Formats: sequence, structure tokens, C-alpha cells
Amino acid sequence: MEGERRASQARSSGLPAGGADADSPGGGTPFPGGGGSSALLQAEVLDLDEDEDDLEVFSKDASLMDMNSFSPMMPTSPLSMINQIKFEDEPDLKDLFITVDEPESHVTTIETFITYRIITKTSRGEFDSSEFEVRRRYQDFLWLKGKLEEAHPTLIIPPLPEKFMVKGMVERFNDDFIETRRKALHKFLNRIADHPTLTFNEDFKIFLTAQAWELSSHKKQGPGLLSRMGQTVRAVASSMRGVKNRPEEFMEMNNFIELFSQKINLIDKISQRIYKEEREYFDEMKEYGPIHILWSASEEDLVDILKDVASCIDRCCKATEKRMSGLGEALLPVVHEYVLYSEMLMGVMKRRDQIQAELDSKVEALTYKKTDADPLPEEIGKLEDKVECANNALKADWERWKQNMQNDIKLAFTDMAEGNIHYYEQCLATWESFLTSQTNLHLEEASEEKP
Amino acid sequence: MEQGPPDPERQLQPAPLEPLGRSEAGLGVAVDEEAEGAGEEGSGGDTMTHNNFWLKKIEISVSEAEKRTGRNAMNMQETYTAYLIETRSVEHTDGQSVLTDSLWRRYSEFELLRNYLLVYYPHIVVPPLPEKRAEFVWHKLSADNMDPDFVERRRIGLENFLLRIASHPILCRDKIFYLFLTQEGNWKETVNETGFQLKADSRLKALNATFRVKNPDKRFTDLKHYSDELQSVISHLLRVRARVADRLYGVYKVHGNYGRVFSEWSAIEKEMGDGLQSAGHHMDVYASSIDDILEDEEHYADQLKEYLFYAEALRAVCRKHELMQYDLEIAAQDLASKKQQCEELATGTVRTFSLKGMTTKLFGQETPEQREARIKVLEEQINEGEQQLKSKNLEGREFVKNAWADIERFKEQKNRDLKEALISYAVMQISMCKKGIQVWTNAKECFSKM
Repeated sequence: MEGERRASQARSSGLPAGGADADSPGGGTPFPGGGGSSALLQAEVLDLDEDEDDLEVFSKDASLMDMNSFSPMMPTSPLSMINQIKFEDEPDLKDLFITVDEPESHVTTIETFITYRIITKTSRGEFDSSEFEVRRRYQDFLWLKGKLEEAHPTLIIPPLPEKFMVKGMVERFNDDFIETRRKALHKFLNRIADHPTLTFNEDFKIFLTAQAWELSSHKKQGPGLLSRMGQTVRAVASSMRGVKNRPEEFMEMNNFIELFSQKINLIDKISQRIYKEEREYFDEMKEYGPIHILWSASEEDLVDILKDVASCIDRCCKATEKRMSGLGEALLPVVHEYVLYSEMLMGVMKRRDQIQAELDSKVEALTYKKTDADPLPEEIGKLEDKVECANNALKADWERWKQNMQNDIKLAFTDMAEGNIHYYEQCLATWESFLTSQTNLHLEEASEEKP
Repeated sequence: MEQGPPDPERQLQPAPLEPLGRSEAGLGVAVDEEAEGAGEEGSGGDTMTHNNFWLKKIEISVSEAEKRTGRNAMNMQETYTAYLIETRSVEHTDGQSVLTDSLWRRYSEFELLRNYLLVYYPHIVVPPLPEKRAEFVWHKLSADNMDPDFVERRRIGLENFLLRIASHPILCRDKIFYLFLTQEGNWKETVNETGFQLKADSRLKALNATFRVKNPDKRFTDLKHYSDELQSVISHLLRVRARVADRLYGVYKVHGNYGRVFSEWSAIEKEMGDGLQSAGHHMDVYASSIDDILEDEEHYADQLKEYLFYAEALRAVCRKHELMQYDLEIAAQDLASKKQQCEELATGTVRTFSLKGMTTKLFGQETPEQREARIKVLEEQINEGEQQLKSKNLEGREFVKNAWADIERFKEQKNRDLKEALISYAVMQISMCKKGIQVWTNAKECFSKM
């Protein structure tokens, strides 16, 4: 990977300088979070082909470099950034502000991929500086997510956008896809930043601040591939036990998650379909207005009214375009994020069940087999603590997640309703003014005929 | 096969007052009441009214449609739709209407009436019939002639057709039209007895026929171009409108799915539940509102379609003019050549080739008596020809004058109607927008309460 871009001179104490800097987070940072070997990261294990996982092959299109529209406005002070963040609680306590922008295509001999610029502004003491700028690729985000899941197996980690588009794009990675992904990545990092626990995660900090080579060396630490594979097998086997002894409240939670997942998936499909229908409606409307202009060419007495009708139709056409893009910006990404969240949640439930299963199996062993391999009471005690921790963490996070979900869904649908109201209001105004002008014309003509 | 001026026997005697045209409720029309007595079959001839006639308003409606089965000309079972035509006369003073006639007709009889009018009134832009088969359908609409929605729209179209005729200053007086409204049995025979099919100039129907007319009236040439353009642009518009309607239908209907899913989702939500449920209800309302909206739009489409078909009627008048002009030119040519022949015979110079001339050369000169005889024949023919040419000229000019008068009338009607249609389109859009605002405002309230 290419080196990081240096921070511009406008910023104070820039990035940790490239090259050997003793203070920069280097190879020796200990692993964050406890939990060691037992916590399993299903999502990460599946990414066996880590190097290939986002072989994003692009056409070397120069237009990718021109990403003006992608850069959100850069506020200059942390306080002014509060307005940007719509979706989390307690904005006045925010001390970490992250933006993701400027997708750039990188070409090497092996592959072509996209990196995103990540700018972090913070007033926290544990950060070496108050501003950071790094470049990350999708692979790095995956890594971060994996680490977070590892460290906090029963916390609800925000979802990442999908690796590939599920259906129907001619070019796998066109501008729309990149933009959608960029927005989702932005949301991902901000959700982590707003999470009371995850925001202090060490890997998160490294992700935001380390240079490319530092990050890659840091990544290489941690349990190897094979050990993680082994852990999966054990996990699948033991998770079933965890389901049997699941406490009541988690049964309820699981039911909710299953139903929610069903419903949100349906809503996602419906919303995508609406977008598609609106787009097709827009495409047909574009042709409709001009026909009236064509007609006016052969009608001397109807020229004015036909031209007026044509311009009304055109205005409604523009209004429908606006409505459609509003849908694409507000509702669709939110609903889709919650589709991914619902998958996340199922993973969280499984992990919780696994932790419980571990405890249960050791307890079973203690009860039934008095052999050499008896687990010590201390071991059981530790596991009991672990289960309690995990359950409490999940419970708390669950409440928080539900609250956020409610707010987000409410906001997204309210936005959609507003978009529709605005659309109809615009069209109404257009046609009403047409009608008024026709009535006025008629009155004029009538009065002219009077004498 | 020339058409003379409208045969007085076919017409009810003209009333001195003009028909009301599109009067109140769009249904009323003034028809010479006296004509009821004079219109009886066979009484024909001179039915000049002296006194004692008064104007009564007549309302015509095609009020019902009914499926029937019967045997057709080849004695096979067929199913068809019959339409009930009711005629009411309205007392001027108190506005009450009395049903005077009521009979059933099928589409083919309407066609027969129209074909008859086309033959006897070639200078009139004869109102078109609604389409025989459904065209410009979008996916929800059926293309089936038996489909109740299609039948309903056709019923309205047929009523409109009759009203157009009834409000036409000339057509409304036609006896056959009157009988169409009043005499159920035997009407077909009556029409056929007029022999109109024989009088019809087959060349008018020949679509491919081109007549090399040297001096057509420019106005008719322009009119023909106009009618082509009108047909083309309205077809295009109707096609796009059908596609737009299709898409709009899709947008609305998909929202209906939200209703179902919200309702199911609300079952697992404690706080959001109510909001979701009621919002879902509004989504259902929104989805179902499109049906009425698009039904209204179909009526708008039908209004445009009428003028699409009117284009053909315009072309028919232009063709008639072309034919008359062509016949005139041929007759003039013919006369000129006969005159020349005559001159040559008289003066002895042979400039034109003639078979007689050739045979004379081959077999010997004709006698002076023979030549005299020939000259005499030619002179007679020339005389006849000149008379014919004069009357053809007169007819042609009459035709042009009358046709152009009706075309002017038609133009004004068209401008009025199309303006009205476009305005009604705007009104429909406004209604649709208002409904949309209401539903989404309600939905928004529900969402904000979640």
C-alpha cells in the first residue's frame, strides 16, 4: 500500500511522521480486550481469503479521481460538527469526530482497489494529536470489525456495507456503488465513535490514526488463521447447548430479532422496489412534456395552452426526481443498514449462547465426571463472571440499540413522508397556477368580446 | 358517381332556429319537433312546414349496455353487446323530460349510420365512432371487447357520437338519423333502401389511390397535412400517457406492501407499534387511491382519442375534394381534346393522332358527308361536355364552400374541446396532488408518533 498522505499545513501538529517514529503505535501494542481464545468471530473466520477479499477491480478511469461531490463539508471546529451527526445520543459530549471521504483508486501490479480518506478530530487526551488523516481500504474496515467483535463478543457492533452489490449492476463498482459504500463506512465509524464502550477500543484508535505500514504490522498480530478455524468448529458445536439454557429475556430478544429481521428485509425490498418504480416513472415523464410542445407546432390556437401544459409536466418531472433522490439518500440507506444490523444481531445472540455454552459444558463436566480433567472451581467462577459480563453488556447495549433503531426508523420514514408531501405540494402549486392563468385568460377574452 | 347537393328527401325540413349545440348538462339539443310527423318513411317529398312547429329540446342518452347472444348472418351463434338509446323531449318551460323513445342498438348499427352519413354528407366532417377494439392499453386495462370497463367507456363514446350528430346544424336534420333514434325494427332495411352503398364512391375508400390533381385548393392540401400531423402527435401522446399510467400504478401499488409489513411488525414493537400500524393503514389508502385516479385519466384519454379519429374524418373530406377536382380536370381535358379534334376536322388539318385518321389514310379519305356527320357528333358532345363542365365546376365550388364552412365549425369545436380537455387534465392532477398531500400528512403524523 502506498503511504499516507501528509496532513496539510493548515492543521496543527500533523500526522506522526512517516518513517521510524518511536512514539507511533508500532508493533508492540498489546492486544486490546480480554476474552482471548474463546471468543469467536464468525464473520472474520469466513474471510479466509483475506488478501483477495476486496479485489476491487476497476477500470482505470480518471473520472474516479474527480470526487468533489464526495467530500462532505469540513467543519473547522468540533462544535460545528455536532450538527452533522444526526443519529446518536448526547451530542454535546462528543469529543471524537470522524469523516470518510475522497475515494481514490489505487493501482498496483497485483490489484486495483479503492481507499477512502478518514479524517479524525478529537480532544481526547489519549490521542497523540487533535487531528489525523489516514487512508483505509475496505479490507481494513473488515479487520477493524473483526477485532471489535473479538473484543466485545456480545456488544452490538455496527454493520459494514456489503462486499459486493447483490444484484444487477453492469460494472461492479461504479460511482453510485462507491458513494453508497462511502456513506455507509462513514456511518460505521461514527456509530463506533458514539458507542460508550467501543469508542475507547484500542484497535479503533489505531485504525483512525496509524499509518499504512503501522497498521499492517499491527494486523499481523493476533491469533493465526488455523487457530481461528478450529475455534469455529468448537463454536458451532457448543452454540447449540447455549440455546437450551438461554434465559427468558434472551429468548424474547431472540424472537424479536428473528421477526425484526424478517420485517426489515421485506421493508428493504419494498423500499428498493419503490425507488425503482419512481425512477421508471420519472423516465417516462421526461418524454411526456415534450410531446405537447411538438403538438403545439401544428395548432395555432392552442400553442399557449399546450406549451403551458408541457412546462407544468416538466416541473412535476423535476419534482419527482427530487423525491426519488430523497428516498435514495434518506430511507434506503437506513433501512439497509438495519438489514445488516439484523444479521449482526443474530451473530451476537450466537456468541452469547456460545459463552454460556462454555460455562454449561464445564459445569456439566464437573457434575458428571469426576476425572483428572476436572475443571477447577476457579475456572467455573471465571466463566460465570464471563457469562454475567456478556449478558449484562448485551442487555445494556440492546436497550441502547433499540432506542436508536426506533429513532432512526422514525426519522427515515418521517423524511420519506415529508419528501412525498413536498413533491405533491410542488405539483399542486404548478397545476393550480396553470389553472389560474387559464381562468384569467378566459376572463380577458370574455371581456374583450363584450362590447 | 357524383354526389349532388344533399337530397331533400333524406332530410327533415330545416327549422329556422339553430340547434343549441353543447347546452346545459351537455345533453340537450334542439331538434325540429315538427319533423317527427314529417319523418315517417315514405311520406318523403316536400315537407315544408308552414306553421305550427315549435322547438323542443331533446335529450339523447346511451344509458345501458347489455350482453346478448344471437345468430349472425351466417347463422352462427355470436355474443355481442347491445346499447340502450333513450330519447327524451324536454319542455322548455318547466324543464321536465318525458321519455319519448327507447330502443336497443348494437355497434354495427352505429357503423351503418356513420357510413350512410359519410356518403350523403361528404362535405361534412362526420363525427367518429369510439374505437372498435381497445388500443393504447396499459397493463391493467384489458384489451378485451367484452371487458366491463371497455364496454362502459364505449357506451360513453357512443353517446358522445350521437350527441355530436344531434348538435351538428346539418346532420341533426337527417331522417335516417332520426329513425335511428326512434325506429328499432326495420331501420337497417330502411338505410339499405336508400341505396347509399351504390352511391358511395369506391375511390374514396381506396387508401392507396393517388390522384394527380393539378390544381387542388391549397387549403385542402394544408388540411390533409394537418390531419396527418394531428393523428401522429395524438397517437404518440396516448402511447406515452399509457406508459406513464403504468408506472404511476406501480409506484402507488408497491406502497401497499408497506401496510401489510408494518402491521406485522407492529406486533413485536411496544412503543412503535401504534404508529406503525396506523401508518400502515395510510399506506393502504394511498395504494388504493390510484384506481380512481387512473379511471378519470382514461376519460381524458378518450377525449383525445376522439380527435385522433376525427383526423380520419378530415382526411375523408379532403379526399372528396381531390376526387371532385380530379374529375373536373379530366372532364376539362376531355373537352379540350374534343374541341381540338373538331377544329381539325373542320379545317382539315390533322394535328392529333386519331384512329379514324389512320384508317382514313390507310383505307382512303372519308366523304364530306361522313366528315360533316362526325363534326356534328363532336359538336353535340362538346356542348354536352361544356354543360357538364359548368355544372361540375359549380358543384365543386359549392362543395368547397360548404366543406370549408363545416371545417371552420369543426376547428372551433376542436379548439374548445381540446382546451377543455387540457384544463380537465389539470384539474385531475390537482385532485391527485391534494389526495397525496392528505395521505402523506396523515402518514407523517403516525410516523412521528412512533
